[in-house]
Amino acid sequence: MTVPILEMKDIGKSFPGVVALDHANLDVRPGEVHLLLGENGAGKSTLIKILSGAYTRDSGSILLEGREADLSTPQAAQEQGIAVIYQEFNLVPWLSAAENIFLGREFSTSWFKPHVNRRKAEMEAWKILKRLSADINPRAAIADLGVAQQQMVEVAKALSMNARIIVMDEPTAALTGKECDTLFSTILDLKSRGVAIIYISHRLEEFHRVGDRATVMRDGKTIKTLDLADVDVEELVRLMVGRSLKDKFPKVPATLGDEALRVENLSRGNKVKNASFSIREGEVAGLYGLVGAGRTELARALFRADAPDSGKVYLSGKEATLNRPRDSIRAGLGFLTEDRKGQGLVMPLGVDENVTLASLDQFSRPGFLSRAKQARSARQFVGRMRIKTPSLSQEVKNLSGGNQQKVVLAKWLSSDAKVFLFDEPTRGIDVGAKIEVYQLMNELTRQGKGILLISSELPEILGMSDRILVMCRGELVADLPASEADQETLLLLAAGGGKTIVQ
Amino acid sequence: MSSDYADDAVDKALERSDFFKRARGSLGPLIALILICAVMAFLSKSFLTAGNWLNILQQVSMVSIIAAGMTFVILMGGIDLSVGSIVAFTGLITAALMKYYNIDPWQAVALGIASGAFLGFLNGIMVAYMALPPFIATLGMMSIARGGAFTITNGDTIFSLPDPFLIISERIGRIPIPAIIMLITFLVCGYVLNFTRLGRYTYAIGGNETASLLSGINVMRCKTAIFTISGLCCAISAMLLTSRLDSATPVAAEGIELDAIAAVVIGGTSMMGGEGRISGTIIGVLIMGVVNNGMNLLFIPQGPQKIVKGAIIVIAVMVDIIRKSRQGNN
Ligand SMILES: Nc1ncnc2c1ncn2[C@@H]1O[C@H](COP(=O)(O)OP(=O)(O)OP(=O)(O)O)[C@@H](O)[C@H]1O
Ligand SMILES: [Mg+2]
Repeated sequence: MTVPILEMKDIGKSFPGVVALDHANLDVRPGEVHLLLGENGAGKSTLIKILSGAYTRDSGSILLEGREADLSTPQAAQEQGIAVIYQEFNLVPWLSAAENIFLGREFSTSWFKPHVNRRKAEMEAWKILKRLSADINPRAAIADLGVAQQQMVEVAKALSMNARIIVMDEPTAALTGKECDTLFSTILDLKSRGVAIIYISHRLEEFHRVGDRATVMRDGKTIKTLDLADVDVEELVRLMVGRSLKDKFPKVPATLGDEALRVENLSRGNKVKNASFSIREGEVAGLYGLVGAGRTELARALFRADAPDSGKVYLSGKEATLNRPRDSIRAGLGFLTEDRKGQGLVMPLGVDENVTLASLDQFSRPGFLSRAKQARSARQFVGRMRIKTPSLSQEVKNLSGGNQQKVVLAKWLSSDAKVFLFDEPTRGIDVGAKIEVYQLMNELTRQGKGILLISSELPEILGMSDRILVMCRGELVADLPASEADQETLLLLAAGGGKTIVQ
Repeated sequence: MSSDYADDAVDKALERSDFFKRARGSLGPLIALILICAVMAFLSKSFLTAGNWLNILQQVSMVSIIAAGMTFVILMGGIDLSVGSIVAFTGLITAALMKYYNIDPWQAVALGIASGAFLGFLNGIMVAYMALPPFIATLGMMSIARGGAFTITNGDTIFSLPDPFLIISERIGRIPIPAIIMLITFLVCGYVLNFTRLGRYTYAIGGNETASLLSGINVMRCKTAIFTISGLCCAISAMLLTSRLDSATPVAAEGIELDAIAAVVIGGTSMMGGEGRISGTIIGVLIMGVVNNGMNLLFIPQGPQKIVKGAIIVIAVMVDIIRKSRQGNN
């Protein structure tokens, strides 16, 4: 048998009130894609951060090619050939893509070492981005890029290190079909060159597509490592969640009421062109499209997070004058943004405070907040959605990525909006909790609320929508009942092929 | 693929966007400066003369050198409140070395500058290695350095410094030496910020400290270096001041930190760090200098002068914020 390129043995790590890792073991062979699977809060990211020197372990040892290695700082780990794409982006917003890709490893000029060679960095960045078929200007500031493009910059950064071990913590959470495909072919290419890849994902359909072996984690322990050839997805899910999940999309057919929301000719720059659609009470309208198609921009303009150039919004048949997000909330819109860190959560506040942030009216008498009521509501969501947290008052910045996402969701689910705009609501949420989220969505529709579900995951769109809208380059190109849609049609429509189908 | 092809493609596609991005960074403050100059030229005949401009340069040289160092600190996401005290302390040390210990003026200058850099270094150590917030660390240093300055002379002022030392504030031809020193400082700072690793890391730390750490940047060493630069700039400025006044006093440069911060902010640098440029700081300093000079030419009393200065700070930053939010919309 080949010597593992990496062995992590009996790794332990505790945070105040939480045992994040408990005798975790991981061995990775050169040239393999090793999946690291587990529920939200199982300890995947923590294990990775110990490998990358971002955290120091409490106990255990790490061997690289059989030898004990010093991985005490990010620098040391980089020097050992370990590159990490973290779950939360680690980019500097005001630096360019090229500057970010080579941050900490700038090229020097021959005549004066501290002088950075900007041009060389841009050339190299350009080459790597091209290899990834990413259409990104190496000089563009990160702040001007979309989430998917930022993700590609992170990938480029990891590639540029010529590492022997590359860790990818949920790299596809922000990507759609096309970018995923390039990412996967890049992974294959790396594999063939003997690079080992540790791959974390909650997307079931990817497991067998990229993985060679998988290690499943639960509650900080690594419970099993298996060959993907010997195991099917159901079994993996059972190992992760500890029980088998039958119906992954428990969709309850809608009983449709009156029109809840109608949008007419909404436009904003060249991102959203003349979008018109409506959602009825009790209906889930799925909105699909490739990254950059303008789905988020549509939702933002609708909610008035950005000012649209034109367009009318009708709620329950009446035209609504919306100028600011505040007006939209008053009028009964709820908007779950795709960027939880930047726009969804107040990081230094507790779980309970975040959950109730959008619905404080329910918990207050004039001038007072009822802490007890607030806690009761928060506790309910923590239980149902299995938000893994040591206490209700834990600061959300200390939760795992998926659990943070659950908190944002809970926040909007407990608000009393009439129409919800959900932008990638289940991003980074594990399979078990996703079902719980879908059931909560069912409850909303049963109460007659309308939902606009923006998602890059086709199975989710197909499984949970009553109607499906497709966007392509800023235009709504299709509006069809879910029963008439299938994967191929949607992909074709989203890519700009096929004729426009608007009813 | 030939690398020439790559070169051309990158250049052609990007040069233009790059140019606009760079230009718009300090465009707002520059327009403000031009407008103010136009108004002043209209109100006062002597404003546009070369002599007056050389005066303005002479007058702003001191605060501008401090502001250059402050730009590093603010870009890194910090703040340095101790600059005024460091100016007083180093000025006094230098004067004391020359007067009381009869040390050769140039050696005294070297020692004085070293002492300023050292105080900045201590700021850096407190912020980087003891994890004190910059506001607190430099607030402490503000008092310590000021107190140190008082202690050296028991609060007395040192007068009549040796002649060679006074050369610093003289002129070469019509050009004030302080203005030349200022120019050199800005060129060096501009070079460091835009073309060296340290400069790149200054922006990176201010923009996203965690990302910088995880990218393997030695964040603590950079922070120390940046505060040292600020201390160094203070010391250089102290030499100009002491030489010009031909005296050193422990109450020198009180409140100058606010002028320096104002200049940086008027120049478009974000107080949150990560965003801004040194050319903006030059413009910020000039705006403050021109307004001061203009109001003096017009014999406007101190009270209204202060009101106008405050208003300019607020308006400049407000305009910048509005401009940026517009850009965000496009
Ligand atoms: N800095 C921290 N402080 C306190 N607790 C933490 C911290 N980081 C992680 N934890 C806790 O450690 C546990 C493991 O978190 P980790 O981020 O490794 O989960 P994960 O498996 O990556 O989950 P996800 O799929 O949601 O990303 C969680 O319970 C989390 O709350
Ligand atoms: Mg994680």
